[in-house]
Amino acid sequence: MQIRIIKDKIISKLMLVFTLASVSVLLVIGIGLFYRSLPLLQKISFYHLISSSIWKPLKGLFGFFPFIMGTLWVTGIAIIIALPLSLLTAIYIVEYAPAKVRKVLSPFVNLLSGIPPVIFGVWGVLFIIPLIQDHIAPHFVEFSTGYSVLAGGVVLAVMIFPLIVSIISEVLRTIPKELKDASLSLGATQWETIKKVILRKAIPGIIAAVVLAISRAFGETIAVLMVCGNNAVVPHSVFEPGYPLPALIANNYGEMLSIPMYDSALMFAALLLFIIILLFNLISRLILANLERKLSA
Amino acid sequence: MTKAPHISVQNLNVHIGNQHILKDININIPDKKVTSIIGPSGCGKTTLLKTFNRLVDNTPDVNITGKVLVDNENIYDPNVEITEIRKKMGLLSQRPYPLPMSIYDNIAYGPRIHGTIGKQELDVLVEQQLKATGLWNEVKDRLHNSATKLSIGQQQRLCLARGLAVDPEIILGDESTSALDPISTAIIEDLFITLKEKYTIVLVTHILRQARRVSDYIIFVYMGQIIEFGPTEEILLNPKEELTKEYIKGYIS
Repeated sequence: MQIRIIKDKIISKLMLVFTLASVSVLLVIGIGLFYRSLPLLQKISFYHLISSSIWKPLKGLFGFFPFIMGTLWVTGIAIIIALPLSLLTAIYIVEYAPAKVRKVLSPFVNLLSGIPPVIFGVWGVLFIIPLIQDHIAPHFVEFSTGYSVLAGGVVLAVMIFPLIVSIISEVLRTIPKELKDASLSLGATQWETIKKVILRKAIPGIIAAVVLAISRAFGETIAVLMVCGNNAVVPHSVFEPGYPLPALIANNYGEMLSIPMYDSALMFAALLLFIIILLFNLISRLILANLERKLSA
Repeated sequence: MTKAPHISVQNLNVHIGNQHILKDININIPDKKVTSIIGPSGCGKTTLLKTFNRLVDNTPDVNITGKVLVDNENIYDPNVEITEIRKKMGLLSQRPYPLPMSIYDNIAYGPRIHGTIGKQELDVLVEQQLKATGLWNEVKDRLHNSATKLSIGQQQRLCLARGLAVDPEIILGDESTSALDPISTAIIEDLFITLKEKYTIVLVTHILRQARRVSDYIIFVYMGQIIEFGPTEEILLNPKEELTKEYIKGYIS
């Protein structure tokens, strides 16, 4: 066999090995987390752990329900705020903005994603918290400190905004100009074309963008931790504090490990986060595949 | 020409950036005839076609001066409703671009946008347009399936039917058969010949044989200028201009 063909084979095998190695990291992390949370799981059942709302580590009571709900609230609020804003921004940048405006806008949006999370956290504490405390919450509830799942959601929304905008812009740019022309030449306005043709064509891409953004939002720690109050109670309104899973881990890991089972409980929190993200990705993949099948049927 | 022209272009100049794409175009396109625009690639023939339905407006850095009169109305007048202009013309592009929806919805798209049309009328209209383009028998059992599942030739006929559904006066074809196989091409060409009874048809083509088969008149465009315009036979067999002669003989392309 020629040397160059042998080289080709070796390189391709090598790439396979590296790919498998990086994929197996996922498995290793999962197993590691599971193994470390075993002590807790052996004492308290999985179902009880995720359904109980009582968090009293000193008494050996570990209920993760408030943390799960905290995570879901913050992420849900973030996506509800960010999606419409990013969708309209992306549509404006790609479809409406004159070339000059586009050249200025795009880097700005991208710059937003380069800002370190801790700065968003500080911004949240300095601006969002007082805003909620003094101007928004008083219209709806009697009292709020401002530290709330809403604050977490707003900060998180600003953080995932550039990600969604850039993915959706990319998706919109792949739609052939001739398809728009086809709609326009039938006498449709630009907005009708966007609504009925372009967005329809872009839906799988938009869903993919949202999935990616939500996955990121689930894990975002520091900025959320700084603004959402960190109170281990299930929030019942957007003005109440919450305690998302990543904040729980970051706040306590390495500190109160003298409490029995605490170490294992934090590992279990990590495992939960891991499972939530995994499940979420799995479900959204199924939805996406189903949708693509339907669209091409 | 006894009848008044359907489209009348007067002193039209189009610049894109600092390129002068169309230079001082003056042409009268006859009513209810097939007129072919021929010329080498990059000569501006597609741009000329797209000035008729103002799709050229969407090109970045474009600057248009002059007039295009359709039914004696200048479509570049600022008071003109652009959607009404486009509604008058069906466009058939190089490759078929069915909208991402069912066969039925593709044809219903235009009528639904333009007004209140009842479900029953719409059903009749869809059937009528599919029959006009010879698709009805091929698709009548799968009207609600996605249009992208059709063969490329069927898709192009669907796009034609979709354009006809808004009841236009003019059909614009931009090398509409260049992506099609010979059989689908023949079907589309035959449709053009049938449709000219009711519509004014303007085709951009680089296939001289096609221009000869379907058109009544030919416009020869070279480097952004109209070199010659006349009845098909005259242009192809007895051109007056030297450039036209060379193009038809195949010396320039």
